[in-house]
Amino acid sequence: MSAFTTEDLFQIMRECAGEEEAVDLSSAAAEQEFGLLGYDSLALMEAISRVERGYGIALPEETLGEALTPAAFVAVVNAALADRMPAAGAA
Amino acid sequence: MTTAPATAAPTTTAAGTARAVVTGVGVLAPNGIGAEEYWAATLRGESGIARITRFDPSSYPSRLAGEVTGFSVRDHIPSRLVPQTDRTTQFALAGADWALADAGLNAESLPADERGVVTASASGGFEFGQRELGHLWGKDPKHVSAYMSFAWFYAVNSGQVSIRHDLRGPTGVLVTDQAGGLDAVAQARRRIRKGTPLMLTGGMDASLCPYGLAAQISAGILSESEDPARAYLPFDAAANGHVPGEGGAILALEDADRARERGARIHGAIGGYAATFDPRPGSGRPANLERAVRGALADAGLRPGDIAFVLADGAGEPEPDRVEAQALTAVFGPGGVPVSVPKTMTGRLYSGAAPLDLVTALFALRDGVVPPTVHVEETTGHDLDLVTGAPRPVTGDAALVLARGRGGFNSAMVVRGPSAP
Repeated sequence: MSAFTTEDLFQIMRECAGEEEAVDLSSAAAEQEFGLLGYDSLALMEAISRVERGYGIALPEETLGEALTPAAFVAVVNAALADRMPAAGAA
Repeated sequence: MTTAPATAAPTTTAAGTARAVVTGVGVLAPNGIGAEEYWAATLRGESGIARITRFDPSSYPSRLAGEVTGFSVRDHIPSRLVPQTDRTTQFALAGADWALADAGLNAESLPADERGVVTASASGGFEFGQRELGHLWGKDPKHVSAYMSFAWFYAVNSGQVSIRHDLRGPTGVLVTDQAGGLDAVAQARRRIRKGTPLMLTGGMDASLCPYGLAAQISAGILSESEDPARAYLPFDAAANGHVPGEGGAILALEDADRARERGARIHGAIGGYAATFDPRPGSGRPANLERAVRGALADAGLRPGDIAFVLADGAGEPEPDRVEAQALTAVFGPGGVPVSVPKTMTGRLYSGAAPLDLVTALFALRDGVVPPTVHVEETTGHDLDLVTGAPRPVTGDAALVLARGRGGFNSAMVVRGPSAP
């Protein structure tokens, strides 16, 4: 099971950047691009900053330009978490 | 260089003959949210000045303010915009929504490059800035919101309103303290005259947070009275500074012909404008407010006798009050025109004050009644016909609004009523 889930990300996005009225942040949204969900690059910067603070990790600089969907973003976070705790990843 | 003749218009209005009419207004004021609510409260003489409630002001020498109360952000601002906006921007977004609704317009009614926005700002997003500076100082740079990059900035109200309503025509911000509220509307009028059919304009300020209040106190012109009825007394023998307030107004300005073609209800027109700058302090040369007044009248093609009433700047300090009263007396004669300062009911709203006064002037012309300067009783020393105590009936279709900003800014604007030719 992943340490960081799409729902964790959506919760952070709601807190730091609000929620578009017309957009439903359900599991179906995980594969949509952030722009379609109403989040611009500043919203993503804000989310990256909150994840880094909350989980004590550093995300790669490319995250902003390359993690274009919530699913991709979650994968980047889980990779960073696994790097930080190799023992947990192996268990 | 010699002083220009007093009759010269110091600031010429741009070429073009189109008239700029006001078709929509959105108001947030300490004594009323919504234009008609504000107007009704103002005619009743209701003041919104009271002890500050948004934080504990007990350790500050000035503890009174005109706070906007009862504004529920979640009711008026999309959730997506709340984390990235200061209170001043939330006011501007709500005011712009209401102005467009009042004008009967929606975002799609014109091509995007045929609508623009020019607002005034005196302080930017102070409360947002205070919070994020607290994060920087108390934690580390990683805790500073990415939105700090623009949320504090003077141009943010124009920017957010532009994005929300897809206004891709002329856009900008004027920063000339309290005079900016008129300067922004004048700039919007220029753009109308140059062919942009619709401009949103006006101003909002809201910096009643500890950081914002401290900055205002440092200017040395805030009243330290504890009595809401004695703290802001422009033209009064007991004038001792002003009370700060928050809020303002956003106006929808349209080309008159276009507005008539679509059958819009017209509140009135921006008839004339001029701005001047004062000599540096200590130069011995006189202030230039009188030239602004004469310039605005000349731009409107009116004589002093055509003006039904004046809404004065009303600094609430002896020297600026004397200068303003002298300018009015020089143009209109002693007691020659009814003068009022309705901002005695709101405090000084900085960039929001003059746009709110424009709304007041439009409604006063419409209803033929000028609201009073509340709390002021003793005007000895000024030859002004100050409207005090109760609203006063007036007749006419033109009014003058004055606004002065710290640093030497003087602006004057003539407003024409809905039935003016």
